[in-house]
Amino acid sequence: MNPILEVKDLTYIYSAGTPFQHKALDQVSFSVCPGEFIGIIGHTGSGKSTLMQQLNGLLKPTSGQVLLDGKDIWTDKQTTRQARFRVGLVFQYPEYQLFEETVYKDIAFGPKNMGLSQEEVNRRVLDAAGFVGLTKAQLEASPFDLSGGQKRRVAIAGVIAMEPEVLILDEPTAGLDPVGRGEILSNIETYRKAKNATIMMVSHSMEDVARLTDRLLVMNGSKLAFDATPQEVFSHAEELLSMGLSIPQVTQVFLHLRHMGLDVPNVYTMEQAAEAILKLRGGACHA
Amino acid sequence: MLKDITLGQFFPGKSPIHRLDPRTKIVLLIAYIVMLFVASGWVSYGIVAIFLLTAVRLSTIPLKTIVRGMKPVVMILAFTGILNLFFTQDGTVLVHFWFITITSEGVIRAIFMMSRILMLITGTFLLTYTTSPISLTDGLESLLKPLKKIHVPVHELSMMMCIALRFIPTLIEETDKIMCAQKARGADFESGNLMQRAKALVPILVPLFISAFRRADELATAMECRCYQGDVGRTKMKMLRYSRLDVNAYCVTGLVVVLIFVLKAMGL
Repeated sequence: MNPILEVKDLTYIYSAGTPFQHKALDQVSFSVCPGEFIGIIGHTGSGKSTLMQQLNGLLKPTSGQVLLDGKDIWTDKQTTRQARFRVGLVFQYPEYQLFEETVYKDIAFGPKNMGLSQEEVNRRVLDAAGFVGLTKAQLEASPFDLSGGQKRRVAIAGVIAMEPEVLILDEPTAGLDPVGRGEILSNIETYRKAKNATIMMVSHSMEDVARLTDRLLVMNGSKLAFDATPQEVFSHAEELLSMGLSIPQVTQVFLHLRHMGLDVPNVYTMEQAAEAILKLRGGACHA
Repeated sequence: MLKDITLGQFFPGKSPIHRLDPRTKIVLLIAYIVMLFVASGWVSYGIVAIFLLTAVRLSTIPLKTIVRGMKPVVMILAFTGILNLFFTQDGTVLVHFWFITITSEGVIRAIFMMSRILMLITGTFLLTYTTSPISLTDGLESLLKPLKKIHVPVHELSMMMCIALRFIPTLIEETDKIMCAQKARGADFESGNLMQRAKALVPILVPLFISAFRRADELATAMECRCYQGDVGRTKMKMLRYSRLDVNAYCVTGLVVVLIFVLKAMGL
């Protein structure tokens, strides 16, 4: 399958040529295929947020390229603008960017900027509202009358309404209660399935990325440290810890069990753990 | 882009000028401005200039920085110069061309006025370059204390100034973030006519105001939680204290002020 998004030797330096010069990305390369669910993890200040803003043309690389469908997004102004619509970016705490009088109008902001017809905008707003589970009555309410979790979902719908092929989210569940977190994560999954969209999600929850993603990008000190499946990444527990990251709790428990002499495999989700324990018990019973 | 703006042009340092009490600096600046306007002859002007240059030298602020700061006032400077040059009619005529007359008195007056403005600005720059905004407000509060007798809320005003200064970088960062988020939704701030551009600001200003109000609310709650009740019985973490340096500065400046007044009386 042809990659939808390709990043080649991407380097980005903040405030180049001043005493505050700071290299935020250093020779980062990877590619993303349609339909993939990719997790991005890394310590604070490792370059995750900078990387995300490079992918839809909000920041211009100091050197290197970002290719969307094989075409450099900085070829001309029009291409950059298109890239912003095709690669949707949901920032951290996106509820703080709501501004319209009604939820409907706020979600319609993106599609309207795309220059779509009235009917198309309407369809997309309703679709997006459906993905995040907003009711008709809520669409006519002021976004400022909603609860925190609902505001967050309105903000995500505002990006989803542009129907991006790649949806990038920066810690979409930060500061929400467990119910709210579960809802948002399942909304994202629904969107991915419906549109065969690519999802890239920055998260600090090792459990979430282990459970949801096909592939993990690990950022460390402006460089891409790992680009592999969660299984593989979490088998490098020591290295992850030295980067200020952690491994899922269940993986830690199983590592400990192995140290204690039990013959258990490496696991990183609850389902796998349950399966492994049942297998072990089953084996013990037969013996 | 927004982050590159330098605000409150404070340059941290350890020079004698930096170490002066902010109150001293404010009072001396006022004394300096009085001198500048009293001085009328070349001799007294020269003395004020030497006084200023010594202070600049002591502050270790590079001249280049000060010159760069002059950029916004170049227009005013040029305007003053031209006005004085062409509209002074006394003295011997140097050039007479069509309706333009340039007299010797005009040239002298133009140079005088321009250097007066330059020296005035350099003096005030020196204060803001060497004093952090917070200690500047502290100094002002302390100097304005007598006004409390006539019920001017001096402490409250300086607290407001402090908070405003504190939140400038925060709000800039916030603006940057909101701009990025709206750009990601296809907002366009760079094209279109004036009307369209003004309209494009709404998606930035509304969230910005809301967040500013939220912050103000949170700050008020936090201050009340710590029993803030204005200035009654309030002590300071950094007490302002005059040192030997301040005494010396007052003495030197005092002498120069006297000198300038004497010279003025002698017509120099």
